[in-house]
Amino acid sequence: MLITCPYCGPRDVIEFTYQGDGNRERPQPASQNLDAWNAYVYDRLNPAGDHNEIWQHSGGCRAHLRVVRNTITHEILSTEFARGGHKSTDNRAEGRS
Amino acid sequence: MAEYSAFSLLKNALAGNKDWKPAWRKPDPKASYDVIIIGGGGHGLSTAYYLAKEHGITNVAVLEKGWLGSGNVGRNTTAVRSNYLLPQNTRFYEHSMKLWENLSHDLNYNVMFSQRGCLNLAHTPAQLDDYARRGNAMRHLGVDAELWSVDRIKRLVPALDVSGSARFPVLGGLMQPRAGTARHDAVAWGYARGADRRGVDIVENCEVTGFLRDGGRITGVSTTRGEIRAKKVALAVAGSTGRVMQLAGISHMPIESHVLQAFVSESLKPIVDTVLTFGMGHFYISQSDKGGLVYGGDLDGYNSYAQRGSLPIVDEVMSEMLALFPGLARVRMLRSWGGLCDMTMDGSPIITTGPLPGMYLNCGWCYGGFKATPASGWCFAYTIAKDEPHELNAPFTLDRFYRGLIIDDKGQGANPRLH
Ligand SMILES: Cc1cc2nc3c(=O)[nH]c(=O)nc-3n(C[C@H](O)[C@H](O)[C@H](O)COP(=O)(O)OP(=O)(O)OC[C@H]3O[C@@H](n4cnc5c(N)ncnc54)[C@H](O)[C@@H]3O)c2cc1C
Ligand SMILES: [Zn+2]
Repeated sequence: MLITCPYCGPRDVIEFTYQGDGNRERPQPASQNLDAWNAYVYDRLNPAGDHNEIWQHSGGCRAHLRVVRNTITHEILSTEFARGGHKSTDNRAEGRS
Repeated sequence: MAEYSAFSLLKNALAGNKDWKPAWRKPDPKASYDVIIIGGGGHGLSTAYYLAKEHGITNVAVLEKGWLGSGNVGRNTTAVRSNYLLPQNTRFYEHSMKLWENLSHDLNYNVMFSQRGCLNLAHTPAQLDDYARRGNAMRHLGVDAELWSVDRIKRLVPALDVSGSARFPVLGGLMQPRAGTARHDAVAWGYARGADRRGVDIVENCEVTGFLRDGGRITGVSTTRGEIRAKKVALAVAGSTGRVMQLAGISHMPIESHVLQAFVSESLKPIVDTVLTFGMGHFYISQSDKGGLVYGGDLDGYNSYAQRGSLPIVDEVMSEMLALFPGLARVRMLRSWGGLCDMTMDGSPIITTGPLPGMYLNCGWCYGGFKATPASGWCFAYTIAKDEPHELNAPFTLDRFYRGLIIDDKGQGANPRLH
């Protein structure tokens, strides 16, 4: 599996560390919404198909990437910088690239 | 159905082995059942067997999308042990061990359960202390555990590099003598025959494609062989839990599907007479009765529904093997394959009523569900029959994450790829 890092170009998967499901939304640190925290920590979409996920180029430039990958074929559909990392729910309206 | 005894073997041998009956029938599905079990793997079949045997519930169908044994029950590396740290796990897996010890007799089917032990190698003083602690925890609950010296380990596994110049010197190990291996296909076939003989319909090539509902209640399933109604619908679909739950409208679970690989070498003379695990990485090995080395390591570590593995893990597993057994460098690998594991957020399984009315759920077996096959079916049958958990599976709820009652034997937190 090759992942194309926007800085470094296509690199072997062994240079990357999987950081999991990229769909999760981290609640505000002060939030006491138990459902939201439970969903963030424990719930996963786990689709058989296209999956939005976070990888770190830990053996390269160390950037965090947002990767869309097919979990059946392992085809990588897109990669981009994850930028702000886990955005808080309240910042969602500002959008992300 | 075929019964196995010295007499039946002799009689059939003399008759040219032409009179053996099939071990299970191939019935068409009926319009309705008391209980439908989705998934004809080890857990689904053992559940059906114990439903019939322990609870007298025989109007049961097991629906399998492929053929019996095509899932993880036929893909695992057959290690059976109950050497856990936390009491919830220890009690459950020890119950399984006791069922294993009598399983061939109970099923009248030789599952080739071989109690050759399971030895965890320690490579640092801290690790040895940790194993001593785990061994003590096990012994407190009546499970066998021994702390072994390097000399003793050397005598059991002479091919192991225990020299001070090894890449990761061996300082000792934790042995569970009653642990071992079992013939995985025979486990599926034995339970299938036992369930079939008590009236359970085992329906192969029957994929569940949706759920029938009456209001919020699950009242049956739609399948590639038509709609089938049932009072109770139980899931035991191993690595496909996410997909099947999505058919029921539950989009999120505390589970990720990951692929786990295993390997078999060419046949060798006996060199490892136990199940041996490496403490400095993730590698374990045993030797099959045919002489092949059976071994494996880590998950690929990212969500996957591909029943094949990736090359980096092949590389890693082989180098870990050579760190322990430099002498195996020229042994050839025969085959490798992958299976889908349901990785939960705490590494422990889920056996529960619900989460929807009329539904029962058995999932989240991570790496270690083969050893659980007897106890999983036994507890799940109890839960289905009585609509409540047995005390052995009461801790393995779906809402334990929400309630802060996680059972994290490895202490890795909500990180499925590390369990
Ligand atoms: C490589 C590997 C090595 C392992 N080694 C060990 C080990 O040494 N020791 C140990 O204890 N555990 C081990 N495990 C884990 C163990 O194999 C599993 O946890 C356990 O077998 C899972 O339960 P099962 O046998 O019922 O699953 P399976 O045999 O996978 O049964 C699930 C069944 O559900 C069926 N199914 C799925 N979806 C549908 C549908 N929609 N309709 C109908 N049927 C469906 C599947 O076809 C499958 O047959 C290993 C796993 C792997 C992959
Ligand atoms: Zn990079």
